[in-house]
Amino acid sequence: MSILPLSLDKVSFRAGDRALLDGISLTIESGPKTVILGANGAGKSLLLRICHGLLGPSGGKVRWAEGTTRQYERQAMVFQKPVMLRRSVAANVAYGLKLRKVEAGERARRVADALRRTGLTDFADQPARLLSGGEQQRLALARTWALEPEILFLDEPTANLDPGATRAVEEIVSGIHDSGAKIVMTTHDIGQARRLADEVIFLHRGRVAERAGADKFFSQPSTEEAAAYLRGDLLW
Amino acid sequence: MSDMGQAFVLALQLIAALDAELLEIIARSFAVSLAAVAIAAAIGLPAGAALAVYRFPGRRAVIVLVNALMGLPPVFVGLLIYLFLSRAGPLGFLGLLFTPTAMIIAQAVLVTPIIVAICHRLTRDLYEEYRDQLCSFGARPHQAVRTILWDARVSLVTAVMAGFGRATAEVGAVLIVGGNIAGLTRVMTTTIALETSKGNLALALALGLILVLTAIGVNAVAMSLGGVSAYRRG
Repeated sequence: MSILPLSLDKVSFRAGDRALLDGISLTIESGPKTVILGANGAGKSLLLRICHGLLGPSGGKVRWAEGTTRQYERQAMVFQKPVMLRRSVAANVAYGLKLRKVEAGERARRVADALRRTGLTDFADQPARLLSGGEQQRLALARTWALEPEILFLDEPTANLDPGATRAVEEIVSGIHDSGAKIVMTTHDIGQARRLADEVIFLHRGRVAERAGADKFFSQPSTEEAAAYLRGDLLW
Repeated sequence: MSDMGQAFVLALQLIAALDAELLEIIARSFAVSLAAVAIAAAIGLPAGAALAVYRFPGRRAVIVLVNALMGLPPVFVGLLIYLFLSRAGPLGFLGLLFTPTAMIIAQAVLVTPIIVAICHRLTRDLYEEYRDQLCSFGARPHQAVRTILWDARVSLVTAVMAGFGRATAEVGAVLIVGGNIAGLTRVMTTTIALETSKGNLALALALGLILVLTAIGVNAVAMSLGGVSAYRRG
């Protein structure tokens, strides 16, 4: 049984007396690639971290599908700045599998698969921290792919990458989607959102300003904030 | 001046001739200190990393205490261990006073806080960097401790080396609990103290030189290990 849908019920997050997220209610179903779009400071990363369980909300509830267990093992996250363990590329992929007690033969198979699918096979024995930025982010994706998550959160995974590396990451993200994982990704790059999104959640100042299918969102945004953001107006 | 020159020449002769008494003392020193450091590392490395990972009430106080204990006066540690191990003490029945085991215990007590404190500093920054990623992987705190110990292993050599340096160099604790018995509990530092007071400067100087060379050698090894690794691990 899937851990999806993920439901957020009036989730808020406060820092001091500032509400960084304010009353967010959402249901995230399996299937379409969901892109969370919004300006810096809109609360995208925070929302993702709360969904993934790295942070607890100040108010409201985050719920996975009823009757499911061990949800933390069935999801994964890729960060804007990948954290490379001080180990070989292959050991970085194997690490999460070891934590999940995947037995050695199966582990080796999944590591090899993940490296092949991300084009990192030739780097398997290299220290991960000597990879370039783009290769590191591909490794971060390989690492999560090997875990075969039901849902994968990606927090601006291409924010620090050049166009070539960005395209490689986008292709891998699509590959992970095709293998059956739900993709939830934040970006402030409208072009990337157009390329990847099946549906868009537009965050503005800690609230969901609009949620729509990608075609609809990009052609006829229904809120003034979203329209302004798409036009490139400064919202602040 | 000529006294010193003479003693120096004699010292070099002793070293060159691989004098039996000299070798025995050196071997015992290393055996005691290595054992003490092994015990201190087995306790101190996990404890230091645990201080970096776990959050519990009083954590800061523990860190302050451990750092303060780094400067523990060896004679005081010697005295405490002496009281515990002496006939009338709570552990007197073990009959350990004036044995190499007592010296190992004393040095382990001295060195453990050093290893805990240095290990904590080194692993704290690494854990800062790793925390979100390890949480995301679903690592439990005890698994995070193992992970950062392994990933920081090269820099942790420094912590262990610092402990070893402290163990070989201290004299107060082993003198009190070991008693400086010839052929049994006499180590380099206690010999230096004794021979100097007897005016036998050559042996003292020879041992002093060995101690300094050991310190240099240990640090050279630590540094080259660190250098190789900085290149290999990025």
